[in-house]
Amino acid sequence: MSDLETFRAETKAWIEANFPTSLKGSSMGLEGEADDSTKADFETWRQRLAEKGWGAPTWPTEYGGAGVSDPEAKIISQEMAKQGAFNPIPLMAGMGVTMVGPTVLEYGTDEQKAKHLPGIASGEIRWCLGLSEPNAGSDLASLQTKAEVDGDTFKINGQKIWTSGADISQWCGALVRTDSSAKKRDGISFVMLPMDQEGVRTKPIQLISGVSPFCETFFDDARAEKSDLLGPLNEGWSVVKRLLQHERQSQTRARPAGGGGSKPTLQEVAKNYVGTDESGALADSDLRNRLTHHLMDSQAHSLTISRITAEARGQVKVSAAASILKNSATRIAQGKAELTMEIMGSQGVGWEGDNFAPEELENVRDWLWGKAISIYGGSYEVQNNIISKNILGLPENTQKG
Amino acid sequence: MAALTEEQSMLRDQAKSWVTEQFPVQKFREMRDSGVETRFMPETWQGMIEMGWTGILVPEQYGGSGLGYLTFGVVLEEIGRQLTASPLFASAYVGATAVMLGGSDEQKQVILPKIVDGSVILTLAVDEGPRHNPANIALKAEKAGAGYKLSGSKTFVLEGMAATDFIVAASTDDGIKLLHVPADAPGVSREAMSMVDSRGYANVHFDGVEVGADAEMGDAAVLEQVLDCARAGIGAEMLGTASQAFDMTLEYLKTRVQFGQVIGSFQALGHRAAELFGQMELSRSCMEAALQAIDSGADDVPQLASLSKARVGDFIHEMSNQLIQIHGGIGMTDEFDAGFYLKRARVLEAAYGSQAYHRDRYARVMGF
Repeated sequence: MSDLETFRAETKAWIEANFPTSLKGSSMGLEGEADDSTKADFETWRQRLAEKGWGAPTWPTEYGGAGVSDPEAKIISQEMAKQGAFNPIPLMAGMGVTMVGPTVLEYGTDEQKAKHLPGIASGEIRWCLGLSEPNAGSDLASLQTKAEVDGDTFKINGQKIWTSGADISQWCGALVRTDSSAKKRDGISFVMLPMDQEGVRTKPIQLISGVSPFCETFFDDARAEKSDLLGPLNEGWSVVKRLLQHERQSQTRARPAGGGGSKPTLQEVAKNYVGTDESGALADSDLRNRLTHHLMDSQAHSLTISRITAEARGQVKVSAAASILKNSATRIAQGKAELTMEIMGSQGVGWEGDNFAPEELENVRDWLWGKAISIYGGSYEVQNNIISKNILGLPENTQKG
Repeated sequence: MAALTEEQSMLRDQAKSWVTEQFPVQKFREMRDSGVETRFMPETWQGMIEMGWTGILVPEQYGGSGLGYLTFGVVLEEIGRQLTASPLFASAYVGATAVMLGGSDEQKQVILPKIVDGSVILTLAVDEGPRHNPANIALKAEKAGAGYKLSGSKTFVLEGMAATDFIVAASTDDGIKLLHVPADAPGVSREAMSMVDSRGYANVHFDGVEVGADAEMGDAAVLEQVLDCARAGIGAEMLGTASQAFDMTLEYLKTRVQFGQVIGSFQALGHRAAELFGQMELSRSCMEAALQAIDSGADDVPQLASLSKARVGDFIHEMSNQLIQIHGGIGMTDEFDAGFYLKRARVLEAAYGSQAYHRDRYARVMGF
């Protein structure tokens, strides 16, 4: 047996022995919360995962991870999926496991790693990110939230927006201006601060899709320890660039064509609602054509991810193809929601109530929420600026991005 | 670019330098202006034979190198970039594939070495009307003794004037059969089709042409497999042609000055280039996946071949239009090469099924 096969067998056995069967197939809220009946088992499972280091398995063991390789981490999630198990910790930690943690591992001091990473890896400390501001969206570098040195602390004043989960987070990683006289990108720093303090106030934002995890966050003489500055003073822009790369990586996986698992594929949904002609083709030929375009887009996207993975393993230089993945994933996700809605006709535009099936209502919320995909993490247009400038080497646009 | 083996990388480098140094698009222009009937230069074809490209698919026991479809794709892409004209694709790729998939041991032994040494140019004759429709073949092959008697016509036959041999898709009492017919058999006649891309095509007529039982080379299932290989392979050439069009356009965006600045600094054009780049990368993934699927004997070749032909077709269509549009007036002149790429694009799109054909086929394969 190869090392990986041994690892797979051990992983399978450990999950069998430790995953509470009561949680099998149970659903998890968006923030990784459990319902009341399974709360105790849920907490047991979290603790076992945390002790094993499998909340963030690739992190070093000294910081709460398990120090496993990427292929081993993949095996862990595959084996969990096979047994109906799941890892709730990345959701419970907010932005901790996916974005803050990897960036702290790269830029943090040993002291910062020891202080912050174990809480993230165990799912006990939830993190939010204070990046965008009302007047600094796509043009993030024009942010105004100010941090002044005051003794051993920074004194922070300003407003952040789109801080996901700010109202339930314990810590925040914030991008702040520490030198107003420097050029836009040169006077910015990245600080970490606790949310439970007098100078921090949060206010949830309702979206077109209904309730959302987003908040406005107000800093009014909020405090961050000077020792919680991540990376050098006034060099927060390079820290956040890495952070956003971690964000983009987590956004480039489009949902597989037609959904996976027990969910019906999009073409099955279409056949149910629209019907077929005697040859078995979808009765609406225009819809059939556009559905085909969509499924081809989706497969082309998946094949591109596979190609990049193979390039990374092989001897060739990884091509610039990765730069196109966010926009490609965006088109597929938004296109899928629009097609689903069109297929469902008047049943596809319900807002709430028993007249509509759960999957009909779910698609409406997905459709509305999906409009954000081309806005966050560098908008569709900003992505195209990046490709034209950084990948294709075209000159700086008159509108900079 | 797929993660290539050392052998594939070397072949790509060889193809790139040979094509750019010896048979660049300027040579294609000279060929077009010369009016040569075969629509390629003999020295181009001879060079390819000498480099062993005609044997890339053919197993070693029949005189080839058996390097496979992705490897052939690497060469086709470079040829596509400079529009290098030759019967390489029609004979050493499609023709050889048909013999390998449908031929008896004896047919392989007789024909494959001659494809490799270039003494045979074997091309597939399948289309009969203006639209690719291989499921409906009208050309009749009636039983005559132990063999067949063929009556009917084929159109859009690649390298049909240069061909020494045809593989003809014919309708028999037992369904569709592929039949090997020498071009000099009594009753075979042909005339050149002068197409917009200035390459070699023919209408071929079969008027009571008799062949023996040993002419059989497979049935409808083999035809479909051969066509899928052809679709995947022509995708590689198309992507090469389209990639060159992209590179020419990008270069122009960086050098052409209007309103006091290079036009690539205008965001409308920068974003258009970014979108085209995205489509190019997505098409490449489809094309390489289709060729790799053939090499590995995967069962989703039909789906991937249709995906590739449709996606690469969409890309070359848009890219060739943008090549002209972004170059402006100069792109409209015959003196500049852009028109060659536009004209070639449309013929390649029509070959072995258009984008619409393959979207329909893909949907059928996916069950809707």
